[in-house]
Amino acid sequence: MIAILKYNAGNAVSVENAVQRLGYQTVITDDFALLKTAAKVIIPGVGAAAPAMNYLKEKGLDDIIKSLTQPVLGICLGMQLLCDWSEESDTQTLGIFKNKVLKFPPKDLVPHTGWNNFISVKGSLFENVQPQDNCYFVHSYYAELSEETTAVTDYILPFSAALQKDNFYGTQFHPEKSAGPGLQILKNFLQL
Amino acid sequence: MLKKRIIPCLDIRNGRTVKGIRFGDIRDAGDPVELAKRYVAEGADELVFLDITATLENRKTLTKLVTRIATEINIPFTVGGGINTAEDAKILIDAGADKISVNSAAIMRPELISEIALLFGSQCVVLALDTKFTENDWKVFRSGGSIATDRNATEWAQQGASLGAGEILLTSMNGDGTKNGFSLDICREVSEAVSIPVIASGGAGTKEHFSEVFSQTKVSAALAASVFHFGEIPIPELKLYLKTKNIPVR
Repeated sequence: MIAILKYNAGNAVSVENAVQRLGYQTVITDDFALLKTAAKVIIPGVGAAAPAMNYLKEKGLDDIIKSLTQPVLGICLGMQLLCDWSEESDTQTLGIFKNKVLKFPPKDLVPHTGWNNFISVKGSLFENVQPQDNCYFVHSYYAELSEETTAVTDYILPFSAALQKDNFYGTQFHPEKSAGPGLQILKNFLQL
Repeated sequence: MLKKRIIPCLDIRNGRTVKGIRFGDIRDAGDPVELAKRYVAEGADELVFLDITATLENRKTLTKLVTRIATEINIPFTVGGGINTAEDAKILIDAGADKISVNSAAIMRPELISEIALLFGSQCVVLALDTKFTENDWKVFRSGGSIATDRNATEWAQQGASLGAGEILLTSMNGDGTKNGFSLDICREVSEAVSIPVIASGGAGTKEHFSEVFSQTKVSAALAASVFHFGEIPIPELKLYLKTKNIPVR
């Protein structure tokens, strides 16, 4: 069973549709026991950092997420919530990844919206994915580069398109909305 | 490199895709989900669904249709038409829409833009703006283009952006349905005046029109309906053509 975190942000339905298309059973839930026992956990992400973090804390989901040992994938805001701190409303986030999340400097259009390729990709999430493949991004804040970066995209500056630390994975782009390459990346995660 | 986007727009009325000329004279163009699937297979970068009668008839957008679309396609899509409150937006986002476009309701009550942006982030809010060149000014129209307002298109786009819109869907009513090309002057003016992506809409008739709007203005995306619905410009052919013009496309 693939658990998709239910919280006050995130387009859980799109993620669920994509995972189901790949033939997996899903549950959208905030139930501690279900999250703990699921084969994989996905934290979807459409929304704003501060209200999302407040919600996770109120429900005690922050500690649950940090304690998960199966593969966990944060998508977009879901990935940013796994980082250390977000400039978006000066929000303390979960701190699994060491990266800070910063607002794009206004040197080009913000949000970074649309299909973009990678400068580099590595790691199990990107098996059978090429740097020239395009994925769909839409975000105004970005995670800095660090040793946990597994994919780099350049927009205004090079930033973390994907992160990994232990069993925690994150993608800034939306694999569930990225046609073929997105499907491959989701499949790679689900097969971990 | 960030790619320029090609966006087929599906105008929806009573659950069917329709296409009008200059906001009138409606023709049937088929089942929206079937069309959506075809466009995904052809390489469309994004889809827009506009419930064109929602505001006029005071109907809520077709949540059930959104659910169907979301289960069938894996590229982003925007839904608009009849969204008056953040709660309306939430229902559509919960059903699987990626972005919400607001038009008339935001003209009547601009804080609607901020309310949705606060809840879901700016990237979720598309300000759709219908404009027509009248009395030496690009005026904003509301209610499906039927009512003129005293707003100037560029000023309204700037105000929308400062209220939290993440994108502007700019439709030239002068161009819409004519196939005479995008209205390059207003596309240029608005795309240079705001620091959020602008989607050019209204007037696409040839592949050259797309390369023109991308090379001569700062728009991030171009939207069209009938040239795609009726197969006049196949999307794969359009993208190959744009690549030969050095316009970055997926």
